[in-house]
Amino acid sequence: MTAERDDRHGPDTSPMIPGREAAVSTSGLRKQFGLLVAVDGLTLDIARGEVFGLLGPNGSGKTTTIRMLCGLLEPSAGGATVAGIDVASEPERVRRTIGYMSQRFGLYDDLTVRENLRFYASVYGLRGAARERRIDEQLVELKLAERAGQLAGTLSGGWKQRLALACATTHHPQVLFLDEPTAGVDPAARRLFWELIYQLAGRGTTVLVTTHYMDEAERCHRLAFMSRGHLIAAGTVAEILDHFGMATIEDCFIELQRRDEGLAA
Amino acid sequence: MSLLERLRGAAFWPMLRKEFIQMRRDRLTLGMMVGIPAVQLALFGFAIRTEVRHLPTVVLDESRSAESRALVAVMANTRNFDIVEAVASRADLEDRLKSGQARAAVVIPPDFQSRLERGRTATAQVIVDAADPMASSAAISGAMLAGAARSAELVAAAGRAPPLEIRVRPWYNPALRSATYIVPGIVGVLLSMTMIIITSMAVVRERERGTLEQLVVTPIDRTSLMLGKIVPFALVGYVQVTVVLVLGKLLFDIPLRGSLLLLYAITLFFIVANLAIGLLISTVARNQVQAMQLGFFTMLPNILLTGFMFPRAAMPEAAQWLGLIMPLTYYLDVLRGVLLKGIGMDYLWRDAAILAGFATVLVSVSVTRFRKTLE
Repeated sequence: MTAERDDRHGPDTSPMIPGREAAVSTSGLRKQFGLLVAVDGLTLDIARGEVFGLLGPNGSGKTTTIRMLCGLLEPSAGGATVAGIDVASEPERVRRTIGYMSQRFGLYDDLTVRENLRFYASVYGLRGAARERRIDEQLVELKLAERAGQLAGTLSGGWKQRLALACATTHHPQVLFLDEPTAGVDPAARRLFWELIYQLAGRGTTVLVTTHYMDEAERCHRLAFMSRGHLIAAGTVAEILDHFGMATIEDCFIELQRRDEGLAA
Repeated sequence: MSLLERLRGAAFWPMLRKEFIQMRRDRLTLGMMVGIPAVQLALFGFAIRTEVRHLPTVVLDESRSAESRALVAVMANTRNFDIVEAVASRADLEDRLKSGQARAAVVIPPDFQSRLERGRTATAQVIVDAADPMASSAAISGAMLAGAARSAELVAAAGRAPPLEIRVRPWYNPALRSATYIVPGIVGVLLSMTMIIITSMAVVRERERGTLEQLVVTPIDRTSLMLGKIVPFALVGYVQVTVVLVLGKLLFDIPLRGSLLLLYAITLFFIVANLAIGLLISTVARNQVQAMQLGFFTMLPNILLTGFMFPRAAMPEAAQWLGLIMPLTYYLDVLRGVLLKGIGMDYLWRDAAILAGFATVLVSVSVTRFRKTLE
């Protein structure tokens, strides 16, 4: 029950082979639920340290993709590696190298900020003095220190969101999945949040984020548009605009939604 | 022990610690878990009396003799009857029964004493308001007892031996107090309630708030997740058992004739079986309200069909069969057996084995289902 548990993370958090090797890589990834094909033939590479935006209307397969990459769903066909680990054969190892944050935040309202952090740090195997050091470090980094003793349930949206980010990154994940992380948070808090995301990316963390905010989409290094389980386009903001022949990302999104509905009708 | 070894250093301990902090913060639930035993004890122990005593009774004594007064005195002595009024006429008697002022009436005819003096059989009539069968059966048996007792006295006074005498010895609960029957049962009902309702709600809450989803993407192993979530409630269960037993001893003088250790050991099977039911409910219920409703839905047959309040022997066969598939039925045998009869494993092995069987089956079903909902 002491600091010796720390070394468990040693091999997992070791840096990847240098170069532009993909932090996340999928090839022909497919997931079928009965007759419904949720994700179909997704092939995608995300480089280490990249902030990658996954966009698409509701039901386009974003969440299913993330769940497969987290090792929660087994792909029906195709494969994926996260930090070089195969998600289908070693889901447990994948879970130790990734962080995950959803729009529901996954916080315990009746625990304090510090207790939430302590709980998640312990779940990731941190013990004793090393754990307390890490908690103090995160309280400062994510600007949570002044509310350390406050119950999470009484925090406002922006604070909750930063606490959720802290809980998801307590173990220095190599890849961070953010599923609509800024829903219901005010603009100032969103700006602060994105600064933190860039900090993480600057230190080599790969970030895959889904969002419905187009200004956030434009902040990503690269984007991918999904529709009805298919990858429609992927690239930088300029490349995407070029692909759709539109002026803004928002136009692209609306165009895609229109096509979707046209297909559905 | 392999399970314990696996848990050492695993995420089980943080889970356990977190659960206890949450339990401490949730004052209402904590109060419920400690308060419910006290309230249930008070309700079932003090308020519920299945033995009916002191029925308000009127007397129409047309004999007005020493013999008729002696009979009334004997009836009053059974304590099943409280003589509230001596009425003057049949009409008054009927009026008292209709208005509910009396539940029973004794009518002694004018020739009561003269018949006895002539050595003939004298009759007295007891009229009972039988709308409430429990009360009326007490009145009927009280009247029979009083008649037999007075007859024996008269025979003895005449210098003859009574032809027949039956001596009843109520074992295990000699005072025939309903608290002695009910209180051990409260232990079982209370455990079911806590294990099923509070546990299922706690698991569903975790699902509702998205923390379960968050936990599933961490490296926490499924065993630690489930055990860490559930073990605290088992400990609460043992606290509740102890509270009821201690209060039962203090307030109702409930005996402990057998081995407490044996009782606590078999209690584990019962707790595990009920925790599994709670976990199963949590996989079906979509929110806490549903979990609570489903929990209460399981409680009703537990209270009615297991022999907690009403003897199973009195139930129709179908109800008896239903009672057989409820763990509480067997646990009640164990509770009353250990507490009141002082019997041990030589008599209780069957109940213990069945409870262990329930625990095994329910755990495997609910764990399988729970694991599925995690994916």
